[in-house]
Amino acid sequence: MEINRDLGISLAKLQDWFDQRIEIVIAQLLRVGVMTAACVVLAGAVLYLAPNPRARVDYHTFHGAPEQLRTVDGVLHSAFAGQAAGIMQLGLLLLIATPIARVGFSIVGFSMEGDRMYVAFTLLVLAILLYSLFGSFLIA
Amino acid sequence: MKAIHNFLIQWHTVHLNVIEFTSLVWIGSLVAGFLGALTGLGGGVVLVPLLTIFFKVDLHYAIGASLVSVIATSSGSAAAYVKEGFSNIRLGMFLEIATTLGALLGAFLTAHIPPSALAVIFGLVLVYSAYVSRRTRPRTDDHRPPDPLATKLRLNGTFPDTRGLRSYNVYRVPAGFSIMFGAGALSGLLGIGSGALKVVAMDQAMKIPFKVSTTTSNFMIGVTAAASAGIYLSRGYIDPGLAMPVMLGVLTGSLIGTRVLVKTKTKSLRLVFSLVIVLLGIQMLIKGLTGNL
Repeated sequence: MEINRDLGISLAKLQDWFDQRIEIVIAQLLRVGVMTAACVVLAGAVLYLAPNPRARVDYHTFHGAPEQLRTVDGVLHSAFAGQAAGIMQLGLLLLIATPIARVGFSIVGFSMEGDRMYVAFTLLVLAILLYSLFGSFLIA
Repeated sequence: MKAIHNFLIQWHTVHLNVIEFTSLVWIGSLVAGFLGALTGLGGGVVLVPLLTIFFKVDLHYAIGASLVSVIATSSGSAAAYVKEGFSNIRLGMFLEIATTLGALLGAFLTAHIPPSALAVIFGLVLVYSAYVSRRTRPRTDDHRPPDPLATKLRLNGTFPDTRGLRSYNVYRVPAGFSIMFGAGALSGLLGIGSGALKVVAMDQAMKIPFKVSTTTSNFMIGVTAAASAGIYLSRGYIDPGLAMPVMLGVLTGSLIGTRVLVKTKTKSLRLVFSLVIVLLGIQMLIKGLTGNL
């Protein structure tokens, strides 16, 4: 009984240690992702502000972002066409992608540990996130 | 009151051009991100009142910009949190099933609830999070047998202590899961991280050590926010011209904040910032109740 419990505790410690290693790698990747996103947003900001710094802005009444900037596809088109708003929105999309990537990496981590239950949980979370990004226009 | 409101609108539309507006929003967001990181109360919660009350931004645009910045702080500070070795990723991932589903519901509802009602809910959440952050937590060390459900889900974990690794058990899994669904729904509804409620679910309901709750909550905030982000995007809530200075400001502020964090005593600062949150909460309540939005 005593030996069994000790074994249980050391296994739990080993699991925690492995989780920790994976998490450190993921956290570094996230930081790179956030910094890349910030650089893209900043580049877009320069293009957005430089040509017409005295323009008027109005966010008091809601019109919604331009139709083109409301889908992943539209944002990519706009950004690669060199439009400032599209580039800024692409940077924001990269930022939104960082937690999604984190969930994706966790699937790899859990499957390396052979933890099928958590691979299934994580796949479920990933499915919800991808639905929001690519399928939510169905309900919106 | 009405006169001040009209004056602010006039001042913004007549006098502020795009570069001035962007700079001021950037500075405001930087301060919010800095104080949020320094006090551990999160900067996202003050952004929406800041944008709607002082910059006269429409509530839906403000919610969209705030949500994006919540992701920036969560992902950007992950490295700092992970090194401490407190976060429990199994617990986080399991509870994220609840928060992401809640976030989908919240983000869906936010288009169908009148802005004045949203402002009232926002005000209540602000006052509540300030209250939670001031409350002292009497903690008794639990030596009950582990919850069978938590054991089955492998949620029990360990964390570093002065005497090496200490193990802890997780209790009341269904209660914690339900509160997390609510936290996710509020996050999707208001564009905030709802870190305060997440910590309550883990710390109070599931009896998880406080440090583990706060770091696991940070891990979950970004994923929860990403679940509403797609819906916000398709609705046009995320406007790049506004989200740009907010995101860059909050990110810069919180990065400075986490650097300073280790060196300063934050007790009085926490008090001041909680007071600011309460005042903004009351403002949002008044605005919602008088329909002055």
